[in-house]
This record gives sequence, structure tokens and C-alpha cells, in this order.
Amino acid sequence: MSAVGASEGSPLLAVRSLTKLFGSFAACNGIDLDIRPGEIHALLGENGAGKSTLVKMLFGVLSPTSGQILWKGEPVRIPSPGAARRLGIGMVFQHFSLFEALTVAENIALSLSPGISLSKVAEEASRLSHLYGLPLDPKAHVADLSVGERQRIEIVRALLQHPELIILDEPTSVLTPQEADRLFETLAKLKAEGRSVLYISHRLEEVQRICDRATVLRHGKVTGACDPRQETPASLARMMVGSDVASVTAAGTNTKGEVLLEANHLSVPARTPFAVTLKNVCLKVRGGEVLAIAGVAGNGQGELFDALSGEYPVAEASAVAIRGKAAGNLGITARRLMGAGFVPEERHGHAAVPSLPLSDNLVLARNQSDRKTFLAGGVLGIIKHAVVRIASKRISETMDVRKSGDDPAAGSLSGGNLQKYIVGRELDRQPAVLIVNQPTWGVDAGAASRIRQALVDLAKSGSAVLVISQDLDEIFEVATEIAVVSEGRLSDVYPAHDLTREKIGLLMGGMYGKTEGGEVAHAH
Amino acid sequence: MRIELEKRANPSTLFSILSPFLALALTVVAGGIMFALIGKSPVAALYSFFIEPLLDIWSLHEIAIKAAPLILIGAGLSVCYRSNNWNIGAEGQFIAGAIAGAIVPVVFHDWHSSLVLPLMLIFGMIGGALYAAIPAFLKAHMNTNEILTSLMLVYIAQLFLDWLVRGPWRSPDAYNFPVTRDFVPEAILPELISSGRANLGFAFAIIAAVGLWIMMRYTLKGFEITVLGQSERAGRFAGFSSKRMIWFSMLLSGALAGLAGISEVSGTIGKLQPIISPGYGFTAIIVAFLGRLNPLGIIAAGLFLALTYVGGEAVQLTLSVSDKVTRVFQGLLLFFVLSCDTLIQYKIRLVFSRFGQTTEGSAH
Repeated sequence: MSAVGASEGSPLLAVRSLTKLFGSFAACNGIDLDIRPGEIHALLGENGAGKSTLVKMLFGVLSPTSGQILWKGEPVRIPSPGAARRLGIGMVFQHFSLFEALTVAENIALSLSPGISLSKVAEEASRLSHLYGLPLDPKAHVADLSVGERQRIEIVRALLQHPELIILDEPTSVLTPQEADRLFETLAKLKAEGRSVLYISHRLEEVQRICDRATVLRHGKVTGACDPRQETPASLARMMVGSDVASVTAAGTNTKGEVLLEANHLSVPARTPFAVTLKNVCLKVRGGEVLAIAGVAGNGQGELFDALSGEYPVAEASAVAIRGKAAGNLGITARRLMGAGFVPEERHGHAAVPSLPLSDNLVLARNQSDRKTFLAGGVLGIIKHAVVRIASKRISETMDVRKSGDDPAAGSLSGGNLQKYIVGRELDRQPAVLIVNQPTWGVDAGAASRIRQALVDLAKSGSAVLVISQDLDEIFEVATEIAVVSEGRLSDVYPAHDLTREKIGLLMGGMYGKTEGGEVAHAH
Repeated sequence: MRIELEKRANPSTLFSILSPFLALALTVVAGGIMFALIGKSPVAALYSFFIEPLLDIWSLHEIAIKAAPLILIGAGLSVCYRSNNWNIGAEGQFIAGAIAGAIVPVVFHDWHSSLVLPLMLIFGMIGGALYAAIPAFLKAHMNTNEILTSLMLVYIAQLFLDWLVRGPWRSPDAYNFPVTRDFVPEAILPELISSGRANLGFAFAIIAAVGLWIMMRYTLKGFEITVLGQSERAGRFAGFSSKRMIWFSMLLSGALAGLAGISEVSGTIGKLQPIISPGYGFTAIIVAFLGRLNPLGIIAAGLFLALTYVGGEAVQLTLSVSDKVTRVFQGLLLFFVLSCDTLIQYKIRLVFSRFGQTTEGSAH
């Protein structure tokens, strides 16, 4: 655009010693950042590094405590997202703000100034979406669209404002590899037009692939500014984490035991209008195996977890079997007593109650499986707090959970440390079957590798582990077998070493079952 | 300049202790202003409202009598509220308990036996529990809002009681006054000590509150209540059923409200009449929150609100102000308690400009 030639050397957006304090905690501490016109700039960092706080300040959601933002060399104040848009900054959030019951055009119109007719919005939206290779039907209802398509709405919505800088917050975390490729093409097109992109991610591989420059944040400070193409993933990770990350040693070739977890033609109707129906899911996990279930978010992972954990039991007892015994109609407590352990995706308010101390959160998962140890007084069920606290301490030590105080509220722990505790809480029982949904979602690299190693070690000791994950890196690290879930159907189970990312990507797109599987093989 | 509420990293222990007292102080100040506005001396009014009742054996007994139903109901409600079930209809369950318990002395008025009183108390609890079972059923199986259903059932109970005492249960010896027969001596709740009117109801209240405190603090059931109240999903993960918790908490609070109802009728009034409660069921909601939903705190809060009833009567007599003063005080108190509780989770900051000094300086 016009700015390209004029300000070749000078940055489009510059940030000078920007600081944001929450109380006495500095979420961002003296950040310096330059974004040049026509570049894709990566903002790298672990969870809690201050990336979100920084971009929220750039987009006017938060106001900085001190420091300066310069737009085209001029100091500016950005009091609101509206002001950011008027300057020429657009943003695509990680969590979409879309109304599922409305159409694409209606959702876009909601973010524009009133008085623009819906047909004009639809026309402009479809023009832009074709221009940038983001096919989108303005009349479609959002509820019917895939996550990738929903993200396109957000991008088109941002593009309608003709921004010179677009901020994307972890855009690929919800996309299949193929969808991500399409997004990268769009970004390249935006770059070619001279627009700048601020690309937030913790996926080193894609940052190296598409970004011109990178700024790395850790604990609210800039720890590195570099050209990602000159760096190795290891050196980038070091900047992010501050130390070398232990690599996970995979389960490898250990002897396979008996089938410990089985789903037989498990079908579950959708509980809510926006839930996914599970169709005829069959799987078997033997002792010593780690079965990883890949898939894009919202394809039935949560529903599968609910059915396997017994939080929502199914009618047919035979649909789920744990250690050879039918368990489909049994609740989660009964399944725990059969030797299974569970780690749900959502930490706050599902796997743990944030306001309660860690020791209470231990009772949460093990109040019946460890009844003899943790409870006294028979039917009165008096909780032996002292015993529970000792067990809680043991778990924290085994899993290296870092916390303030002996028994702090679960909500005060960082995501990674709480997840280590939640996983450790199950491992401490040595469950014969462990079912984990998104084990390292939003967890820093150090904690993630600790958790993955623990899952692998559990399988090595003879247990059956089922991991539901969206993270392909993670899946290849831990899995001995891989299956893919798509629209509530589960693909065949493949040995991990037989699958490539491309093949998983195709399976994610819904090419499941034996015959299609064959075609996939031919296609390559 | 503007005022910002900033979330604290951890709930403040200081303010969770201080908040009720802060609320109390603010209530007294606001009450003083109110008395001044209606032309009464605030000091004298506050003295006869809050201090005088504490100096007299007779009024101490009155406080115990009024505190008993408040504590009984409030303790039951705390279990409800902790488990995220919003029973607002304790007043109705109180009346239902009173009616059910009164079946024995009203219908079988010739029966003299030491069984009468225990039966009445049991019937009272069953009556209150059954009346609370209606909103429990509607919430658990029809997904209705228990706040609305339990509240509306209050009016049904009040009108049903009114009809009973004017119609089928009206005493033949009462010259057409809308009251039932006086209860036989065996149906009267004995007094606690010989110095005054306070009856066994107060003992029930203390026993129930301490029992519930032990349950909440030490048992798995108490843990289940807390977890389900915080997050239904986490409760499901723990193997707890939120449906069963609806039943448990509603029936428990209903039974305690029913016990309060029959204790009040049997211990204090001695018969049924159209109005048997000055709003105990609603005031108990304030009691529950003022006591931080902790049964021991509820004992203290119940005693304090009983004082506002007795103090309200006192200022009515000594300063001839309306008895609505009591309601105003109770309302003020709840208002200040809830607003002071904000300080537990948040701190107040005065913000003088949007940007820090450095930016201000360099931008201009």
C-alpha cells in the first residue's frame, strides 16, 4: 500500500519500553518491538510470557502502565479496539467471538458501524474472501462451519477495515495441517501487498517457515530478537524456555500386554445442539501401548472423553470395556474402581476446582478409589486431611510441581504446574488404564516434556494409555499407535511409525475407514 | 479520576474477617443518618436499638426466641447456597412445617401423650422437606429455576395457612377469630431455663448449626457440597451427582425450616394463626450471607438479626417510629455485607489518568 515506499526503513509500529503491571506483577516489563511494513513478525513465548498482554495493549484492550507506542513514528494512545481499528490495526483472536446461530454476513455486519446494508457486507466479504483465497459463503450459518472456516470469518472481518497491521493470536492451533497451509498462503498475499502481520505462536516450525523476524518473550521481557530462519528449533526453544528442554524418550518396542481398554461400536447422540455425535467408535488399547487420537478441535474429542470416562455413561454396557469387563453403563466412580484414571482437557472447573487447595483437589479425583486411605468413620466419610496432604506433597515432589506455600489454591498455580499435578494425581495410583484429553494444552515446554515422559513411562510399566491430542508433535513423541477422529468418527488405528503428518492431515479431513484409507495410500 | 476494581491474586483473609464488621459499622452509620433525617437523636435511637435489648434478661430471652428460627433456617440455607441451589422459599417451608406439625395437636386435640411433641417435630420436618421437594423436583427434572418456584410457593403456603385457620381448622371456642385451638400442654415446646421464655428451639438451632459445621468441614458430604457449588463439571468428574445434590440440599433446608416453623408455633405462639412469622424465612437469607455461609458464623449472625427485631420493637415503643425501621436496617445490612464482600476478591484503586507518568510526559 502507500506506506510501502515511504517508510522503507522506519517501522510501521514501534514499541518502546512498554510495561504493564497487574498489582506488583509485571506481565510486560520494558518491551521493545519494531514491526516493519510488509513483514511477518513472529512473537514467540511460552504461556504466561506476556504475549497476550502485549497484543492486548497494541489493540487497545488493556492500557499500558508506562512506555510508548509509536505508529508510523508518531506516539499514539490506543484507548479502545475501535481506536486501534481506526489507526489501521486489525486483530484475529485465538477464541472466536462469533454467534453460532447467525450467518457469516450477519456476524461480520455486527462488528461494523451500523447502517451498512447486509447485502453490501455480504458482497464485500465474498469479494475479499476470494481475493485472499479464503473461500467463504456469506449466507452459511456459523454453526455449520468448521473451525478453519470460522477463523476465515474473523480474518475477513479484520480485512474489511483495511488494516495495515494484522495481529494473529495462535491462529494454527485449531487448524489441520492443510488448513494451516492455506492460511500461510493468505498471509503471504497480505505481505506482498505491503501489510504487516504480527504472528503469535509457540510452534517453532511454522514460525521458521513463514516469519521474517521474531521477537521472543520470557517472563514479560524480550529475551531475543532474531531471524528465525537463521536459528534452529533448539536455539529458539532455548530463548523461549531459558534452558534446554528434555526430549521425550518414546515407548519404543515393549511387549504388548492384554487389551485393557476397549470401545465397541460406541455411538453417542449429541447432548446439545452444538455437540458432536459419536458414530460407531471402535478402539483397543493394550497394556504397554500409547494410543494417540489426533484430530482438529471440536470433532468429538470431548464427547469421546466423556463416554470413556463415564461422566456421561452410555446405555449399552458392552460399548466400553475396562480390563475386559463391560463398563459402558457405569459411572466414573465405578470405572475408577476398575483401575482407570482420567485427565480431562479443561483444568479449571473440570479437572480441578480452582478455589480449593491442591489437597482437596486430590480428594476430588480419588475420594472413592482411595476411600480406605483418605476417609475414616465409615458412612460418615470423614476426610483425613493430614493423610491427604502428605499424599498431595508426594505427588508435588514426584512431578516437580512448583507452587507457593504447602497447599495453595489450585487456581494460583500456573497452567503447566497445575497440569503436572493433575496428571501426577492419577499416576500416583498406578492406573491400569489412563485416558488423557489434551495433556499439554496451554502448558509450557518444560512441563509438557515432563508430562509426556510420565505418560510414556506409565505405558512402559504395562498400563494402557489413551491420549487425545491436537498437537501432532506431541502425538509423534508419545504414541505407539495413532488414530484420527473426525466428525465423531474414528479412523482405523495405525502403528505410529506408519503414519506421516500428511496422512494424518487427510484423515483429519474426514477420510476415514478402510476403503478410504486405501485411497489415501494411493493418492501419495 | 475513576475508581477501578482490581482482582486480587488471592482472596484477602483480612477482609474476609473484617467485611461483616465493616458492613455492620456502615449500617450503623447509615441508620444514624436515617434517624437524624426523621428528626430523632441518632445516638439515643441507636442506643435503644442496639444496646438496650442486651441489658435486660427479658429481652435476651426474646433475642434467643427470634434467633432460633433464623439460625435453623439460615444454617440449612447455607448448605443450599454453598451447593449452588438457591432456595428462596424457606418462609413457605417454615409455614408448611408449622401446618404439618400442627396436625397432631389440632386434629387430635384430645390426645394427651408424651409422644405428641416428638411426632409434631417429626411431622414439621417432613412437612417442610416435602414442600421444598416441589422446587427440587422441578429443578432436577424439569430444569426450572428454583429461585422463582420456591419464592412463589411462599405465597401459596401463606394463603393456605390463612384458609386453614379461617376455615376447617378454626377453633370452635375462639369467637370466630381466625385461630386454631390452643395446643394441649403436651404439645408445647418446653422452656430452656426457668428465667424466661426461650425454649428448646434455640437448642435445636445450635445443635443443627454445629452439626452442619462439622459436616461441611470434615466430611466427604461437605466436600461434595462445596465442589458441586463451585463447579458442576468438576463435581461430575469427582463422581458426584448434581441432581442428587439438588434433592439433598433442598430437602435438608426444607426440613430445618419446617422444624423452625413447628418450634415457633409450638414454643412461642401455642396455636396456629394467619401470620406466624415476621419474615423469618427471608431474614434467614441475610443471616446466611452475613454468617459467610458458615454455620458457626450463622449463629452469630442469627443472634445479631434477632437483635434488630427486638431493637426495632424497642425504638417503636420508646421513640414511636414505624416498625418498618427493622426492615430498613435488615436491608441496609444485607446491602453492605454483599458490597463489603467485594473487597475480599478485589481491591479498590483510584486511577487519575489512563497512562503512566512517562507516557504523559513524552507524548506532549
